[in-house]
Amino acid sequence: METIVSNFLGLYNYWAVVVLMMMGLYVLTAERNLVKKVIGLNIFQMSVIMFYISMAKIKDGTAPIIVDGARDTVYSNPLPHVLMLTAIVVGIGTTALALALVVRIHEEFGTIEEDEIQEQEGRG
Amino acid sequence: MSSPLGELIRENLPALQVILPMIMAPVCVLVRHRTVAWFLAVAVTWTTFAISLALLQIVRAHGLISYAMGGWEAPWGIELRIEPVNAFVLLIVSGISAVVLSAARRSFEEEIPRDRLYLLYAAFLLCETGLLGMAGAGDAFNVFVFLEISSLATYAMIAMGPHRRALTSAFRYLVMGTVGGTFILFGIGLLYMVTGTLNIEDLHHRLQAIDADRTVLVALVCVLIGTSIKLALLPLGAWLPNAYTFAPSAVTAFLAATATKVAFYVMARFVYRIFGADLAFERFHIDSVLMPLALIAMFLGAALAIFERDVKRLLAYSSLSQIGYMVLGLSLASVTGLTGGIVHLFNHALMKSGLFLVMACAAYRIGSTRLSALRGLGKRMPITAATFVAGGLAMIGVPLTAGFVSKWYLVKGALENDLWPVALLVLLSSLLAVIYVWKVVEVFYFQEPPEEAGRQEAPWSMLLPTMFLIGASLYFGIFTDGTVGIAEWSARELLGGAP
Amino acid sequence: MKHNEILRVSGKSLIPFIMMFGLYVQFHGDYGPGGGFQAGVIFAAGVVLYTLIFGLRRARRVFSPRTMEAWICAGVLLYGSVGLLSMLKGGAFLDYNVLAHDPVHGQHWGILWVELGVGITVTAVMITLFFLFAGRGLRGPSRLDHED
Repeated sequence: METIVSNFLGLYNYWAVVVLMMMGLYVLTAERNLVKKVIGLNIFQMSVIMFYISMAKIKDGTAPIIVDGARDTVYSNPLPHVLMLTAIVVGIGTTALALALVVRIHEEFGTIEEDEIQEQEGRG
Repeated sequence: MSSPLGELIRENLPALQVILPMIMAPVCVLVRHRTVAWFLAVAVTWTTFAISLALLQIVRAHGLISYAMGGWEAPWGIELRIEPVNAFVLLIVSGISAVVLSAARRSFEEEIPRDRLYLLYAAFLLCETGLLGMAGAGDAFNVFVFLEISSLATYAMIAMGPHRRALTSAFRYLVMGTVGGTFILFGIGLLYMVTGTLNIEDLHHRLQAIDADRTVLVALVCVLIGTSIKLALLPLGAWLPNAYTFAPSAVTAFLAATATKVAFYVMARFVYRIFGADLAFERFHIDSVLMPLALIAMFLGAALAIFERDVKRLLAYSSLSQIGYMVLGLSLASVTGLTGGIVHLFNHALMKSGLFLVMACAAYRIGSTRLSALRGLGKRMPITAATFVAGGLAMIGVPLTAGFVSKWYLVKGALENDLWPVALLVLLSSLLAVIYVWKVVEVFYFQEPPEEAGRQEAPWSMLLPTMFLIGASLYFGIFTDGTVGIAEWSARELLGGAP
Repeated sequence: MKHNEILRVSGKSLIPFIMMFGLYVQFHGDYGPGGGFQAGVIFAAGVVLYTLIFGLRRARRVFSPRTMEAWICAGVLLYGSVGLLSMLKGGAFLDYNVLAHDPVHGQHWGILWVELGVGITVTAVMITLFFLFAGRGLRGPSRLDHED
């Protein structure tokens, strides 16, 4: 019993990450609307970003800026934040490109519903 | 190289390799002129090829090169690490980009609105930057960053294809590719969590001492899923046929030879260099998953190719099948098997980009790559058709062609592991390749061309690079010492763990 | 939305401060928290707000797509040339230590220039993206233009 509780409550950030991740994957695969697919993709990416950020938090840790006189302060790990800054930029790039493609698809096919696009593709 | 400048360049070769295309990409955008941009891009790709040749020589003579970005030493700083294996991969990527881009100008001008061509050249260079960076990066996170750089450029290039379905193919590839990239990122995060480092060598050392079984296993699985998507291992490679079919012809030739190959290298590097053969194969038995998938990919890809009516898509399905061979080599976890995989990576890059360039020639003159439109190509474009036949023979694996060499090593590797059914399956799937190559050859030579069609050979600017690639794939079938030597040496390096 | 006085007045008084804050984050980035990515996005947010209130056409007069394309490239080139310069001075790519007479100043200058390059590119990319999407009215000209 105790291990179950500590597994759920003690690691709640990872549970949140996994739930978000699966939500993202589900939206990505189940939704037929291209914009909603992009949203699913974003949720999916965001879950990994949350994973890195929550991993970096150290109990009682503070922002890693060295202040004079404070020698034995506990700092949170800044590296994952830096990594995620890059990952967020990558995410923006992907989202922007995806949305640009959706706009172009709408111009060419007149719809952003996958079923209708596939129907048109089947006709050539 | 005794002058100070020569010394300077020599020391910075690993960085220059990645940076030059990155710096030239915005210059291509600034000049806004399609021919000037093409000229600049070709110049840069040939320069990177020269650099990678030099790097290979240095690595052969002096062992690995470690380059500390910004002067921050590894494992804290970002490291570019050139070893035998990735020197070889860098050579393939830069060589293929140089040859394909040299051939591509006429084809691009035919297929893409001319006022947007300079953007395509910029995207091409960015893609090359990403691929070279992926191969050269010494830490796991930068592998991800460069992967995304190359992927974003790839999506943009595919979306520029002449048919409107290029857009939907690019979108689907984007969704799949991003999921793959994010899986890799998640795996790297888990590895960072248990080891506290991102440097690949450092990761390898620390993982051996760690007993967090489940986290490491999940990391391995995430990385394998992610790389399987990027290298298009069936069933996760379903994005590939459409993306290759609707991309501009020359872009397909470039991607088929580089993007999936570098992804394969990333998979091999993660499996052997980060997790290590002991952990991945002895403890987690990834071969029990990878080998069946590889075999399925070999057969399913070839079987789908047989029923295809569009040659570009046929070649794409055949790529899926050939990727199966490479992954099979990886999953054998022996020097011979891995040598087969790496040699096949090289040989397949040559022949597939050659074959796709043949299709670029056909599309340039005829405007379609459907079998029905290519009837009697042997009479209409004799050189082009003959080149296709030579490339097709290499792909089947006829003796004295490059394809034979790699399959020989795969079969040998399988037999060494006492897996004779696998060896048999490799041979059987080659028979399937005979069927789909023959199907195309029959249409080229045994069907009459449409009456109005005269003889119209592709321009030499496209034919020569094509013939060069196919010729190389024949050459390396006869003179195997160079490629097999490097591949075997690379395989030893990969299997040997940290030096 | 130009005729909505509350928006216009509050927007006009906010936009300079947003842009100023962007510049602060940009140039404070070498010693304190901040940097090119964040600064670029904040600065671009000011431009986006201006566009939302005063229309695409007026904003495009200042930030024309051609100029933005050039700025994107200029930022990347600035970044790259700092790296090349450090190479020429005998360090590795992006080794700031060799840029000035001593490592501390070198790091200072290096970060400043590199972040400036990043900031310029991010600003230009963000503005370009917004203009691209806002400019593609699904039916006829953009809704952001109809009151001009």
